[in-house]
Amino acid sequence: MTTLVLGPLVSAGITAFLALVIALVDRVVNDYGEVTIDINGGKKTFTARGGAPLLGTLAGLGVFVPSACGGRGSCGACKVRVLSDVGPHLPTETPYLSPEETARNVRLSCQIKLKKDIAIELPDELFSVRKFTATAERVRDLTYDIKEVLFRLEGPDAIEFSSGQYVQLVVPPYGDLGESVQRAYSMSSAPSDGKHVELIIRLVPGGLATTWVHKHLKEGDRAELVGPFGEFRVHDTPKAMVCVAGGSGMAPFKSMFHDMKERDAFPQKDVWYFFGARSMKDMFYLDELKALEKEWPRFHFVPALSEPGPDDAWTGDTGLITDVLDRYIKNTIGKDKGLEGYLCGSPGMINACINVMTANGMSESEIFYDKFA
Amino acid sequence: MPPLINPITLFFASVFTSNILLTNFLGMCSFISISKDWKSSFGLGMAVTFVMTITAAVSWAVLHLVLIPLGIEYLSFIVFIIVIAAVVQILEMVIDRSSPALYLSLGIFLPLITVNCAILGAILFIQIRSYSFIQTVSFGAGSGLGWWLAILLLSAIRERVDKNPVPAGLKGPGITLITIGFMAMAFTGFSGMIAVQ
Repeated sequence: MTTLVLGPLVSAGITAFLALVIALVDRVVNDYGEVTIDINGGKKTFTARGGAPLLGTLAGLGVFVPSACGGRGSCGACKVRVLSDVGPHLPTETPYLSPEETARNVRLSCQIKLKKDIAIELPDELFSVRKFTATAERVRDLTYDIKEVLFRLEGPDAIEFSSGQYVQLVVPPYGDLGESVQRAYSMSSAPSDGKHVELIIRLVPGGLATTWVHKHLKEGDRAELVGPFGEFRVHDTPKAMVCVAGGSGMAPFKSMFHDMKERDAFPQKDVWYFFGARSMKDMFYLDELKALEKEWPRFHFVPALSEPGPDDAWTGDTGLITDVLDRYIKNTIGKDKGLEGYLCGSPGMINACINVMTANGMSESEIFYDKFA
Repeated sequence: MPPLINPITLFFASVFTSNILLTNFLGMCSFISISKDWKSSFGLGMAVTFVMTITAAVSWAVLHLVLIPLGIEYLSFIVFIIVIAAVVQILEMVIDRSSPALYLSLGIFLPLITVNCAILGAILFIQIRSYSFIQTVSFGAGSGLGWWLAILLLSAIRERVDKNPVPAGLKGPGITLITIGFMAMAFTGFSGMIAVQ
């Protein structure tokens, strides 16, 4: 009997003792006191307790450096340029850094521990990045595999962003998914309504976040959003916008067009919007966009089906979106003010469109797209 | 009753004639996966030596001050694993604070070592063979150095093998296992020169 009790007691006792020692050593050894974080040459300064990785400390201070893996050093997204000395690059950082980045002392903020005062450089727009709690106010099917989700922001209750930017949707653990994951989605709502964020999400077979949205998310459910991020935006030039999208790539353009029309922004710009789908069952927002075309003279909408079904009664353009795009650039679109490309869709579609655009004399520096698809 | 083997003899025996890797085949996974280049082999070997010496001493104390007096030596597997994990954790924190240069060369290997069976193996030998404290420290340090020596030798051989034509089917782990087999045979030649148990 005593042996039966003694064994578990002693092993638990030893474990507790060692845990205590670790906690004490952590207390004493990991005490780096208060450290100052200087961002962008004194534009912002924070004091925080040292000893933790920079990424988490910054998030605690309300500065959200983008990170897809949550600080495990496996995505390489949380890059930050460090101006003060924090020691040489760690072997866990080097695989994610180019030689130029290494030379400029760009670091992964999840890997560097805050031990003393530090000076870092961050893009200014990161200061407007916040973590929002939100409630799904409306979830509706746009097609058989694309959903539109409208989130009402609750805390903080409004977001400031420019059309074309994206947010990270924080997916809570569900089913076999043991930990929360984050995925980036472009906002399809216009910036004028800061209280809501609308996302257009296509079901990716086996996708962790898209499966959650399609199979689990219901109206009234809570979720978290982090953002806004991204450089995808309308450029202030007189050049005509040639926008190409497929599937859920619709999202940033919906936001841009409504924003431009509402504010009558960039009045010199003509807007051409090519939207490609396979057949009518993949097509959505058709009536809304045709109505927009009638109300807004400088907007031209070109939907195209690559394989229209017999029941589709399709009278618009047919063919691959790249072929349709090629025809319109060659024959229809006025090029006197120049052209700019805006792309959102699968990597394959983006690459094919870049080829068509450059073959028609557009320069690669004037073709814009987000790479996260 | 501890055997009367001289600690200095035991030290050299555990480096060469009873090399923990090449005669007992312990710590194989990191031995094969980290031996691709000389530099990481050096770092890992140093970390193993360091951790093995310290955990051997700590485990000896736990064994003789807690487990044996209470008559619960059968718990040694569980207790030793916990001791190893805790010691590695503490070492990591202390090194991180006290020596950034050492942390840079050892740091990333320390978590790997927690699950290195050579460490647990060495500690269990210490229990089975009833070593004294001095013998324990010299056996721990010697086994660590022996592991270090073996991985350095293997990485040097692998760097040479990589520059030579190897039949496609044997590339990578295949030729490495054959290499280790030859090394083990060479080391077996020493066996019996000194009896460590």
